[in-house]
Amino acid sequence: MTSDNLVYLIALPLFSAALLMLLGRKADKWGHIFATLVSASTFVIGAMEFLAMRDRPEESRAVTQKLFTWISVGSFNVDAGLLLDQLSIAFVLLITGVGTLIHIYSIAYMSHDRDRRRFFSYLNLFIAAMLLLVLGDSYLNLYVGWEGVGLASYLLIGFWNQKPEYATAAKKAFVANRVGDLGLSIAIMIAFANFGAVSFIGIEEKVGGASETALTAMGLMLLLAATGKSAQFPLQAWLGDAMAGPTPVSALIHAATMVTAGVYLITRSNFVFDNAPNAQLAVVIIGAITLLFGAIIGTAKDDIKKALAASTMSQIGYMIMATGFGPAGYAFAIMHLLTHGFFKAGMFLGAGSVMHGMNDEVNMRRYGGLAKLMPITTITFGLGYLAIIGVPPFAGFYSKDKIIETAFNAGGVQGVIFGSTALLGAIITAFYMTRVMMMTFFGNKRWADDAHPHESPFLMWAPMAVLAVGSVASGYLLYSGKAIVNWLAPVVDPHHHEHEEFLPPIVVTSLAVTAVVIGVGIALAKYRGELSATAPQDVSIFTRVARRDLLQDDANEFMFMRPGQKLTEVLVKTDDKVIDGVVRGVAASTVGSARGMRKMQTGYVRNYALLILLGALAAFIAILVVTL
Amino acid sequence: MNLLTSMGALPLLGALLIALLPAANTKLIKQAAFAISLLVAGVGFAAAFGFDKNLTEFQYVERFSWIPALGINYQLGVDGISLILILLSVILVPIVILAGWNESENGRFSVKTFYVLILILETMMIGVFAATDVFLFYVFFEAMLIPVYFLIGGYGSGARQAAAVKFLLYSLFGGLLMLASIIGLFVISGNQIGRTMDIEALSTLQIDATTQNFLFLGFFIAFAIKAPLWPMHTWLPDAAKSATPGTSVLLLGVLDKVGTFGMIRYCIELFPDASRTFTPLIIVLSVISILYGAFLAIGQKDIKGLIAFTSISHFGFITLGIFAMTSQGHSGATLYMLNHGFSTAALFLVAGWMISRRGSSTIAEFGGLQRVTPIMAWSFFIAGMSSLALPGLSSFVSEFLVLVGTYTRYPVAAVIATFGIILAALYILIPVQKALHGPTTPGNENLPDLNKREIAAIAPVIAVIIFLGFYPKPALEIINPAAIDTISRAGFSDPAPVVGGNK
Repeated sequence: MTSDNLVYLIALPLFSAALLMLLGRKADKWGHIFATLVSASTFVIGAMEFLAMRDRPEESRAVTQKLFTWISVGSFNVDAGLLLDQLSIAFVLLITGVGTLIHIYSIAYMSHDRDRRRFFSYLNLFIAAMLLLVLGDSYLNLYVGWEGVGLASYLLIGFWNQKPEYATAAKKAFVANRVGDLGLSIAIMIAFANFGAVSFIGIEEKVGGASETALTAMGLMLLLAATGKSAQFPLQAWLGDAMAGPTPVSALIHAATMVTAGVYLITRSNFVFDNAPNAQLAVVIIGAITLLFGAIIGTAKDDIKKALAASTMSQIGYMIMATGFGPAGYAFAIMHLLTHGFFKAGMFLGAGSVMHGMNDEVNMRRYGGLAKLMPITTITFGLGYLAIIGVPPFAGFYSKDKIIETAFNAGGVQGVIFGSTALLGAIITAFYMTRVMMMTFFGNKRWADDAHPHESPFLMWAPMAVLAVGSVASGYLLYSGKAIVNWLAPVVDPHHHEHEEFLPPIVVTSLAVTAVVIGVGIALAKYRGELSATAPQDVSIFTRVARRDLLQDDANEFMFMRPGQKLTEVLVKTDDKVIDGVVRGVAASTVGSARGMRKMQTGYVRNYALLILLGALAAFIAILVVTL
Repeated sequence: MNLLTSMGALPLLGALLIALLPAANTKLIKQAAFAISLLVAGVGFAAAFGFDKNLTEFQYVERFSWIPALGINYQLGVDGISLILILLSVILVPIVILAGWNESENGRFSVKTFYVLILILETMMIGVFAATDVFLFYVFFEAMLIPVYFLIGGYGSGARQAAAVKFLLYSLFGGLLMLASIIGLFVISGNQIGRTMDIEALSTLQIDATTQNFLFLGFFIAFAIKAPLWPMHTWLPDAAKSATPGTSVLLLGVLDKVGTFGMIRYCIELFPDASRTFTPLIIVLSVISILYGAFLAIGQKDIKGLIAFTSISHFGFITLGIFAMTSQGHSGATLYMLNHGFSTAALFLVAGWMISRRGSSTIAEFGGLQRVTPIMAWSFFIAGMSSLALPGLSSFVSEFLVLVGTYTRYPVAAVIATFGIILAALYILIPVQKALHGPTTPGNENLPDLNKREIAAIAPVIAVIIFLGFYPKPALEIINPAAIDTISRAGFSDPAPVVGGNK
């Protein structure tokens, strides 16, 4: 089936972004309203498409739209084409829905910023690029959205780039993402060389004929791309710094949508990964490492946004791990992605609400006891908290439980290792989130002298409330009657695999709930009493390492940055001294020999005669040598 | 109608006209030069509209006997590749004149001379791409040096004289080698098919392998100096640092393309076997250029030097695409020439405005421009994004075509070259951060933003960059037939996908 409406999903926010930039200050008065209306209109289009899709029979749910031929050279043909299927509609609703809520929130949150219009322009640029990412019908179209969201993320992280460290954070994010983009580029090249196509459908048709080596290579390159965009090990280091962006951006881009693009990429490429078991194993391992990595960092952060960012990294680790389990895991990865979209965006907005009331303070050591003064924020944040740690029946319980179950069901030693990792992650998650809750909303007041905490205005708490409802209900709605599994099956599990059970679901659920209880218990014991307003310094080496983000920046600096800088320095010197030096040397010797020659032009006939004689002799000898 | 001759002669006549104008009336001179260049651009567009995209042979062919004794003709014609480069030239000249309205004023020579030189250069640029007689090409190729020499040495800044001489000597050295090869061709053609310098006739010669290799090298080294390939690049940063921004745009945007254009038209068409022999070496040099240029760009403190080194990296991509010998590589390389022309133009013009306002070309002297001069800062940013080949902007299409076209034949080279995209992010974002972000550096607080004339000059360049990023078809339609034809005549065909046909 084709549709003519898909293009508006991208075109509307794109043009509104361009318009707000081109009009400049003239649009300051109404730019934010305009941008929010455009974002809302994309949600309406998305919702209409969803309702129409639901009414169609399963095999004809996907719709496509070909806009024009984008690049065509020889056999390399790429259309500007869009594809809306069961997988992409889930993202469309998430992006436009959460996106619109965050637009509304930002109207109030950014109301004192002189560049609010520019902020909304960037937001709409992001919405357009993110929708292109999930709607593109080929890897190359996806790539445009992929780098487009990277650009929007760069602009938004550096929104206050007059602060040098914020500008550096933006650059760091862009460069780390480019390392991932290297993977995406190479994956597309592998696809074209093997299949002569770069569209999803074109590759899927021929995937059976490809060698496992080619598919593994392509899978690993796609995984590299995913690690960049989704802040997975070893390209995770940019996400914490990305918190330099305004908090609504952290909620939308660096929690709910953009950073989950890696999960989308792997799920979308299921036809590649399902035929490349080694690449799948790599996906699971990366996910498992990151889910622990992020969780451990989360336990040591005092900056509320950085604690949430570490948590995001960890939760996406769960999703990535789930995609690595193939058809058994894709649906649960997407389910966790959607529930996470609600509760994490909600908690970030909550963090923003706290900051709004606390003069932009982000250090939780200077919070405490805010529950009484900020009841709505406390409740909405609290519902998100219950969801993320996985308390039944909140949203995260269903989605995370399913991932843990799938991990155990992978079977054998692997199943036990990955299942236990996921459980361990759940304990740590419960610990660090309880810590955040306690330090922020409960316990003793440790506020700065000029802090006058107050509840945020309606425009801010209303979106938080909506997201809190999602944190409560979305899990059950997606889970009951296998709703999400059946919905996505035509895309991610077309052959309806039967999945073996290693442990009965009730056992896994009990384990998961026990994990939560343990984590919460430890945290309550540790953070229940009076806390000091400064971080203790006499801590173990482990805490110190965790506070330094498990040395991620030190490692990058040691392995890449300093050698890179050294290499650049050496090359600059070499270019001047050696390469150009040789050239200058030749030039100088030419000039020198010319001067020497000039001296021979004495004007004395006897000198010339001598030279002629010498020349003739030389010629004579030369001829003699050659002929003999 | 002799469209190509008319297009080529128009700027020359314009130069004559300007020479007759009173030297004191600089405003009139500038306006006249601008009007003439617009007229030439109009003729260029007319040529593009009248061009039959489906043909692969030369169009608008003109042929007059010039030196009959040597078989040399005045012979012009264009295919898709040369047409696109002529278009690039005639579009950039008026933009350069408009953008650098005051560039001509502090030179050693008069304002009048500046525009006479620019217009003469335009004639040479059209001629060098349109020539289909090897000797005529050579004449344009060498004659082009003269106006550029005086433009750098006469109107540049810093060590302009030294830079101009370096540029001249490098180019003359390459030209000399090419001349030797042309004489060789002349002798062989005299023996085989009668004296001729017509490239189509010359491409039918049967030349033994050793001779072909030597003749190939004569041309190739000349071209590799022009479109500087590592390690023959050291003249370019010096020239770019000393030249006026407008001259740099023409130098890097158009003149250097004569090198990559020459590789396609002369190296591959005349010496297909030798091209094949040297391909591994050239692929290696290209990959080195890509990474080396990028690293050097990262290490530059001078903004003009930085742009020059990014170009060396980009020329590496272009030669890589050319010698990958696939239709994607070839079309991508030609499109890259066009796109690089525009994105470098944008970078150099904005950098030039930044420098003339600040009175310094050191990147660290800028800072916080995004708040002080938003339009200038955004122009620089978009130009930079184009330089790092952001998808949605024109350079991405060409860079990706080059990479994908290279991968199908030389996967290792393509993968290594792809690392260039990471370095590109660094060499663009580092100056962006230093110059546009951060707190406003003392001395920058009152810099004026772009004026209307400057906006009028940069806007069309940015529009083209965005338009061709989303819709490269108009350019690719012109390029594809010629590029694919070149590949097949050189005896290559695209590697077939590993998994054939539909299941």
